[in-house]
Amino acid sequence: MKALELTGLKKVYADGQIALDGIDLTVEDGDFFALLGPNGAGKSTTIGIISSLVRKTAGRVVVYGIDTEVDFQGAKTHLGIVPQEFNFSLFETVWDIVVNQAGYYGISRARATARAETCLRHLALWDKRMDSSRTLSGGMKRRLMIARALVHEPRLLILDEPTAGVDIEVRRLMWDFLVDLNQRGTTVILTTHYLEEAERLCRNIAIIDHGRLIENTTVKALLTTLHAETFVLDLAKPLASLPPSADFVLSLTDSTTLEVVVEKGSYLNDLFALLSAHGIVVNSMRNKANRLEELFINLTGNGGGLVDG
Amino acid sequence: MGEQTPADQPGVNHRYLISVWTIVRKEVARFTRIWLQTILPPAITMALYFVIFGNLIGPRIGKMHGVDYMQYIAPGLIMMSVITNAYANVVSSLFGAKFQRHIEEILVAPIPSLLLLVGYMLGGIVRGVLVGIVVTATALCFTHLHVESWLVTVTVIVLTAALFSLAGLLNALFAKKFDDISIVPTFILTPLTYLGGVFYSIDMLPSFWQKVSLGNPILYMVNAFRYGMLGVSDISIATAFGVIVLFCVALFGASLWLLERGVGLRI
Repeated sequence: MKALELTGLKKVYADGQIALDGIDLTVEDGDFFALLGPNGAGKSTTIGIISSLVRKTAGRVVVYGIDTEVDFQGAKTHLGIVPQEFNFSLFETVWDIVVNQAGYYGISRARATARAETCLRHLALWDKRMDSSRTLSGGMKRRLMIARALVHEPRLLILDEPTAGVDIEVRRLMWDFLVDLNQRGTTVILTTHYLEEAERLCRNIAIIDHGRLIENTTVKALLTTLHAETFVLDLAKPLASLPPSADFVLSLTDSTTLEVVVEKGSYLNDLFALLSAHGIVVNSMRNKANRLEELFINLTGNGGGLVDG
Repeated sequence: MGEQTPADQPGVNHRYLISVWTIVRKEVARFTRIWLQTILPPAITMALYFVIFGNLIGPRIGKMHGVDYMQYIAPGLIMMSVITNAYANVVSSLFGAKFQRHIEEILVAPIPSLLLLVGYMLGGIVRGVLVGIVVTATALCFTHLHVESWLVTVTVIVLTAALFSLAGLLNALFAKKFDDISIVPTFILTPLTYLGGVFYSIDMLPSFWQKVSLGNPILYMVNAFRYGMLGVSDISIATAFGVIVLFCVALFGASLWLLERGVGLRI
């Protein structure tokens, strides 16, 4: 079954700006899907239309078989939305925010309190339940928005940059939580600032640029189209000059840091054979950029402020 | 997180009832949490009105429509508090929710515009009526009040609170900054209230200004409420009810029409 179908989705704002120019997209039930795009590409507008906060100019949105033109309220029961910006009352407690959200979905008080407890415990917010939301840290506020979005047990959870501005520990906690949620059957759509996040979590990926869909495939398939990867090698001893090579593009960042561009079809074994032949000892090695990030830059021609739109 | 079986799921009407009740409960929790700003000030203001206009100036004015001046102004002052607070509750709550964007909590939920409207309106009515009760209790410290007709009194107070809740909602929908929510109360609502027969009978005005006063909708509410409490009114009670209901229906229809189109809330 399809969790989400977007057909010819178009949004033209009152000032004539075309935010979406005919997006066609399908997300299967149970998928973990990444929606990427540079600043102002139209990702948040797409989520806004799906959640009813933005009115579409044209096109069709179907959530679990329910056309939003026919029964938007029915479609909304399947949706959980975690927006990019904090959008809860700063004067309410964590508990009230989550329990009230369940109430808006027509869930009885008894059931709402039980679900709120489950969500808050899963997201390590139980001890903070009676705290005013404005006193929470950035990471806790993000987790509060996830708890709020899950309290009515949606089949499709859409997160707009959920890990923006949170520390690594919290980010990993949220990753584990989302993976677990997806494995238990919830379809997850994610936009993210961290392409590593998309590569690590998602099975399928769509890239939007200037309101159009420019890529829609599996993460695995997309990575196979990568023509070259850049590796950074930390050397054991300073290097005075670069060894000559016909197969690799080598450059020195400083005397002990070597950058190597490995084209598709070249082998790392050959690289290490070359380095060994010249007595160069490597201490460690890493990707210069995330692989998906390199692809993203190639596809969109965007080198900065990658996907914050 | 357990799955919900169909038998556990409430019907659509029951779900909607819970949704509206949640909005109302949240609204009531909001204004009671800040009771020092919402409930207490009207009581203090009214006490000052009674001291100045009732105790100090009132005896020099004498009777009006056969009752003491203090008794005469009491219904108008109660109604003034109801109007101000019903309006203020919805305009500040809804605009605050827009400003902080937590109105999106309701907008993304499966709540039809009609229920959002009813929820906010009921929140305004509850505050208006509650403040009305507090102000009435304050008035009883200064003068004797009796109720001529409970039916008229309660109906007028609820309908008036509903009307100004709807007016506050309309103001909040169009407001883009905090200044926009103070313009209407300052430049329209307060003058209309003061000129709506709270402190005087329009019989005291020259003929021209009597006719002008009839264009002020608050005059009908104040007089209908005064009729309910004291049995005296400048306006026929049927006309007053007709005007109040007409305004309620018009504002309700306009609010619903705007909400359905997402004006002020959706992009």
